[in-house]
Parts: sequence; structure tokens; C-alpha cells
Amino acid sequence: MAELTINERQAGDVTVLDMSGRITIGEGSVALRTAIRRLLEEGKKKILLNLGGVGYIDSSGIGELVSSFTAINKEQGQLKLLKLTQKLRDLLAITKLLTVFDTYDDEQEALNSYK
Amino acid sequence: MLHRFLPQNIETRRKLPERIFRTSVSAENKEIVLPSRIESIDQAAEVVAGAVTEAGVDEGALFGIDLAVREAVANAVKHGNQLDETKQVRISFETTPQRFEITIRDEGAGFDFEHLPDPTDPANLLKESGRGAFLMRSFMDEVRWQAGGSVVTMTKNL
Repeated sequence: MAELTINERQAGDVTVLDMSGRITIGEGSVALRTAIRRLLEEGKKKILLNLGGVGYIDSSGIGELVSSFTAINKEQGQLKLLKLTQKLRDLLAITKLLTVFDTYDDEQEALNSYK
Repeated sequence: MLHRFLPQNIETRRKLPERIFRTSVSAENKEIVLPSRIESIDQAAEVVAGAVTEAGVDEGALFGIDLAVREAVANAVKHGNQLDETKQVRISFETTPQRFEITIRDEGAGFDFEHLPDPTDPANLLKESGRGAFLMRSFMDEVRWQAGGSVVTMTKNL
């Protein structure tokens, strides 16, 4: 079974990636990177990562989230995070990245926040 | 204590048949020697998690230990040994009711551990890398490097 499963769906002009598994060094980080690169190539720049099914992330995965954020910003897009598990929230808090990412618990609220 | 660890070690050997170079078990400490590849991170973390769970460590401490061990082994495999599978990562750890201590050795050239940039500094927040050692220090009570940075010992009080 894949380390990280990513399912894509469209909600208006926002692309939602429902993710489950773990974002760690190797396969998980690469899967996220590949998915974001592909969306940007397709011109999809409003991206919402649903992390509700992601129970584990390491420094490589955190780095990949940051890398995704900067790559999307560079293309004048927006990356937001949905449904962080408590452990992910704690990790983003201690690395001070909660101040960088726009995070939501409610999907509709997240979708409404895109300009 | 030995009988408590033995079945688990047999299970570990069964799951990791070919590329673990050596696993030895004594009453309260273990040594693992692994090749330098990404899969070794999971293998090391599994052995450590099994042992600390067996020792009755609570879930909160286990999460921190697991993350710190993964980060340290990832550093050894990727940065220390540069993913050269002929180079080994040697891991030894000990669990007592009071504390967990683990030492991870690689065959690399080390690094400047005294001048690690702070990843929470606003100037570094958007950097892709540089958070591994920070997470190790965040979740363990003590992290100390030796031998120029190719050996790291981490301690968690239980």
C-alpha cells in the first residue's frame, strides 16, 4: 500500500487534494511534490490540502509542505490546509509554521476564503 | 527481562530478513546495524518503538521518541552516509524505567552541529530543510553530538 494516497477533486475553482497516510522522507514527500507540480502545470493554482487522514509527518514532509507553499505562491496561487490532526498542528506550531499557513477545520469555510 | 524481548526480536528478524546486518538483544539494551537507505529509517523506528512500548513508555513520550529517532536516522542515512548502502548506521539504545537513551553513528564526515541555523527564525521559515535537528531537540530532553557530528546521543527522561 502506498505510503501516501492522494485523491483529487474539484470544488468550484479550488482543487482539493484529500490525503491519507503519512508525509515522510522518500515516497510520501515525493508523492506530494509530484501532485503539486502536476496541478501547477495544469494551471490549477488554488489548492486545498485536506490533511485529515494524515497521521504522521516528519521534517522532510514539513519541508515539502513549505516547498509546495512557495511554489504555488510563486505562480500567484494559494495553498491552504484543511483538517490538521492534533499531531500535525502541534508540529506546525513548534516549527512556527502555523503563522505561515492558512489553516481551516471546516471545508466550506476554507473554500469561501479563496479569492 | 530477556524473555520479554526475545519473541519481539524474533518477529523483527522475520520482518527484516535480508538487509539488517545485525541485531543483538540483551536485557535492557539493543544494537541495530543498518545499511544506508531510506527504508532503514522505518526499520530502526519499528525496533525502537517495539522496545519502548514493551518498557511501558506512554504514548506521548513514544511519539516524541519515534519522531526524534526517525529524524536522527534520516540524517545519518542521507546526510552522513549519503545513501551509500555499503556504509552502515549503527544504533544502540537502552531503556530503563527512568530514561531512554539512544546513540546513532554514521560513517560520514559529520557537520557543524554548533552552528545550526534556527528554523523558526523568520528568515528561515520558508526554507525547505533544516528542521530535523530542531525536532530532535524539541522532543528529547538532551541531544549531543560527538565525533564531529557523526555520532549523536539523545536522552528522554521518562
